[in-house]
Amino acid sequence: MRPAVVVTGISGNLGRVLAKLLHKSERIIGIDRRPFVGRPKDVEMYQLDLRKKKAEDVFRKNEIGAVIHMGIMHDPRMSEEEHHSFNVVGTTRLLEYCAKYGVKKVVVLSSANVYGPSPDNSNFLTEDAPLMAAGRFSGVRDLIEVDMLAHGFFWRHPDINTVILRPVHIVGPTIKNAPSNYLRLRHPWTLAGFDPMVQLIHVQDAGRALVEALRPELKGVYNVTGPGEVPLSAVLRELGHTAIPVPHPVARPLLGLLFKYRLANFPPPELDHIQFLCNVDGSRWQKEAGWKLRHSMRETIRSVLGD
Amino acid sequence: MFEGLGDKVRQRLKGWTETMAGEERKQELQALARTENEYGVDPFGFNLDYSLAAVAPLLWLYRKYFRVEAFGLEKLPKGRVLLVSNHSGQIPLDGAMIGVALMMEARPPRAIRSMVEKWVPTLPYISTLFARVGQIVGTPENCRRLLESDEAILVFPEGARGIAKLWPQRYQLQEFGLGFMRLALETNTPIVPVAVIGAEEQAPALLDVKPLAKLLGFPAFPITPTGLPFPLPTKYRLYFGDPMTFTGRPDDEDSELDKKVRTVKSAIQSMIHQGLKERRGIFW
Repeated sequence: MRPAVVVTGISGNLGRVLAKLLHKSERIIGIDRRPFVGRPKDVEMYQLDLRKKKAEDVFRKNEIGAVIHMGIMHDPRMSEEEHHSFNVVGTTRLLEYCAKYGVKKVVVLSSANVYGPSPDNSNFLTEDAPLMAAGRFSGVRDLIEVDMLAHGFFWRHPDINTVILRPVHIVGPTIKNAPSNYLRLRHPWTLAGFDPMVQLIHVQDAGRALVEALRPELKGVYNVTGPGEVPLSAVLRELGHTAIPVPHPVARPLLGLLFKYRLANFPPPELDHIQFLCNVDGSRWQKEAGWKLRHSMRETIRSVLGD
Repeated sequence: MFEGLGDKVRQRLKGWTETMAGEERKQELQALARTENEYGVDPFGFNLDYSLAAVAPLLWLYRKYFRVEAFGLEKLPKGRVLLVSNHSGQIPLDGAMIGVALMMEARPPRAIRSMVEKWVPTLPYISTLFARVGQIVGTPENCRRLLESDEAILVFPEGARGIAKLWPQRYQLQEFGLGFMRLALETNTPIVPVAVIGAEEQAPALLDVKPLAKLLGFPAFPITPTGLPFPLPTKYRLYFGDPMTFTGRPDDEDSELDKKVRTVKSAIQSMIHQGLKERRGIFW
């Protein structure tokens, strides 16, 4: 039996895209608390919580050549303790197993969001820019902690090939993250007078980046960009949406109320992304991975609608 | 901002600019759109049409109000360049006039980028306007990236010290920051010294009410003869000097960089002297 690639978070929308891209060339073992709908027959699936001891069995009973860790929860409605425990404890356990069972390649999916949108930001942040997102938004703190855990792992285990990918906003027809949900609104809010440049990446391109990351010569932190940057207004215009400009002093308290009473699903700090820049320089990935995108900016934007 | 006022207003302003600029310049300006992607913006958000619309009132000021005369534009090197100028006049119209000169009179036209303060992106409408006309937050990374794309950057090393200076200090260069020199050394960029004559007298400030400025969160609160720093129609003269190239380590000690900065400072100072000698009056 050849070594397997463990993919956590495989039941998510990005996970399923990844599985379809990878299952023909690699033996995949998926781990997720949720069932994997539409699982290809050659993908083994374990419905487990990474924090439980049972998860170690996957490593004990199989030869694991690589791990792709996407099992990070992003649910603004979930309690902070549960969120934190799932993400931080789960990641810690997973990395422990990787070290214990001699897994040669570990890919952790982080996000360009860790830099945090801010008026101070340069227009293109490189991988060594500080991760400031938690300053204004505690919900992103977990993501930063996971990113930092992966960093620590990278330095402590120089014999293990660790890759941390920070892609820009991933969008796609079935993706349900904040940017995709926002772009699907028929009348999305904008903050009156603000029109920041935004970067998007098509879910298929993001999946392919995760596959590329398995290559043995790639290691370290990489920002992964899509087809470039465009003003938010151009994205909304391409999708045919009419924006509702809301004055910024009013927007946050108003959204806070709507979120509290479940009339909106975006916590107020998300508004930072439609006000300030959080764009990255992806040249390290482009150079080292020979990165070639398959989807143009137009296709990437329109993928939100399921084109 | 222009989205709200509508494409109509933008078109009319752009038309006004093109009329003032003339047919030949109008054609030449199109070259500035070459860095734009399919959505009409360069990676920093610059859009030529928007800039042409926004420049209309500034072009009017250039031609009719300040009646700017620019000397030495032919000395500008092609490709990357750092324009270093004296700063004065309470409001940064000197920057605007240098910008118009480069767009409307330099051959080929250049769209200069200047550095804006970190609080500009927090302002609605202003933040978008500045991005569309190519002005970006002055981080070293942004500057480096633009210079490596062969853009032209305008800096005022005196900063607020220059623009807010009071009447008795007019035409006396204040202390220069060293950042621009590090940038020039890192990116191998020639420096063109620029002297602006006429901006000093546009809003002569007799007093700076610092406590009031602090209260309102302004960098300064100048008291001028007209009350507010509303600019008087002084005659502007812009002098562009010969390009200066510097070599050395960008991470050198301040004292080393200071020597190089002083050569730029004295180049500007001598152009200021020359300009003051040559002019016949403040308003003509």
